[in-house]
This record gives sequence, structure tokens and C-alpha cells, in this order.
Amino acid sequence: MPLAIRVEHVNPFVSSTMETFTKMVGIEPKPGKLMLKKDSKLNYDISGIIGLSGMAKGSVAISFPKETAIAICNKFMSGDYKDLHADILDAVGELVNIIAGNAKKDLTEFSIAISLPSVIVGANHQIAEPKDSFSFVVPFSTALGGFHLAVSLKPS
Amino acid sequence: MKILLVDDSTTMRRIQKNTLEKLGHTDVTEAGDGAEAIAKLAAGGFELVLMDWNMPNMTGIEALKKIKADPALKSIPVIMVTSESEKTRIMEAISSGAANYVVKPFQPDTLAEKIASIKK
Repeated sequence: MPLAIRVEHVNPFVSSTMETFTKMVGIEPKPGKLMLKKDSKLNYDISGIIGLSGMAKGSVAISFPKETAIAICNKFMSGDYKDLHADILDAVGELVNIIAGNAKKDLTEFSIAISLPSVIVGANHQIAEPKDSFSFVVPFSTALGGFHLAVSLKPS
Repeated sequence: MKILLVDDSTTMRRIQKNTLEKLGHTDVTEAGDGAEAIAKLAAGGFELVLMDWNMPNMTGIEALKKIKADPALKSIPVIMVTSESEKTRIMEAISSGAANYVVKPFQPDTLAEKIASIKK
């Protein structure tokens, strides 16, 4: 029988995002109110996304405005990039990789495996979720700008 | 100390290389996956490997098992540096011969402590 997905299952991803940014970027993100994705308006420029498989499938994504991605990734890797660069895209992918990998230790009941990360670039791009999945968005604010975390889960 | 740094992310290689340089380790060679790591280890002389887990072509755990099965390489300590944080993964790596395990996200001090423990 498939395990039920509950809103609490988003919490490990929120905690992991805070821990990842605090330890590895050196900034403390403040989470805002969790929203259903269908009720949110997302218009960011760059997203890192990673697939989840196992007894729950779905995805985890972090999305940024371009300037925020550059500022956060420069701090993350001690870089000095002024515009999008392959290293910025790699850093966005690595951030979501760490967030997803660290979160799944608190979701052992789902035996989740993670894919290699992908990065999407484009103004106002959309990330579609599988039908009938639970899709949540958590906005974060930081001293370097805001971003959001999107988690989509569906029992399998 | 001659160190092989294995990670498919250029960002993570850069971060770890910066940390190693601050610790005085400047003889660092990079590899982007497990297969490249095995090929570079054949050159000889390496005293430590820092190995990611999830990589294309050959994963870090596959590369670790190959290193520990090779009489010419098995004495080289391998520290896994990975976002795979479940106990089962850590146990799998340690039982496969990993000398230590660093979970991402980590702070530079943590990596430094694990490397120092290998040198003792």
C-alpha cells in the first residue's frame, strides 16, 4: 500500500535548505509561509532541480532571480562572476543536490533515491509536476535576495 | 601530501580545493567521476582521495570498491564527501573500505578534522 504524503514531509527539505545555506554559503535564509504551488506566482530566472524516486517520486527545485543566483553562488564558491556562467549553473545544481541528499535521511520510510541535478535557465520558466502530486512552495529571504524551494511528492 | 579530489561538481571541487590550500595542501589533482579517478590514480603517488558518491559514468562507491580491490591502490585512504547522509549509506561506505565520511553540507573545519585524522 502506498505511503501517504503529508505536509510535514516538506519539513526535512526546509530544514535542509536552511542548514545548507548556513553551513556552506554562510548566510541564514529565513523561510516564509508554505504555500500550495498552484496558489503561488513564480517568475524566477534560474532553477536547480533534482528528481526523487523510490516509494515516493517527485522533485525538489530551488529557483532564483538571476542577480540573486549570481550573488549567492559567488559567496558559495568564493567567486566573482558578474553574469551567468557555467560555474554559477553548476553551483545552483550542487546546492539542490545537497539539499535533497541531506533531506532524505529524514524520509527513510520512502527509501528515496536522488537523480543527478539539472539546471533550467530562462525568464519566467515553469516546472511542471506529475498529476496528483503534492506540490508545495516555500519562499526564503536572505541578505543576498530571495529564492524559493519547491517540493513535489507523489506516493509510488 | 598528494591528494586526488573527485567530484562531478566544479563548485565542490573549487570549495574543497580552497579548503585544502588553506590547510597547506597544494598538490591536488582533480577528477570529475569515478572512472577518471581510477585512471588518474594509476599515475601513482597519491596519499589521499576525497570522493563524492553520486557522479555520472562511475559512482564514488563503485570507484571506492575498485580502489580497495586493487593491490596497488588499496592502501590509499579514501574519505567520502557526499550528500548521501543515511546511516545505511555511511555503513556501506565504511564496510567497503572508506577511511572516513563527510556529509554535505559541511563546514570547512569538519573537512579539515577528517583529513587530520587520516594523517595521524
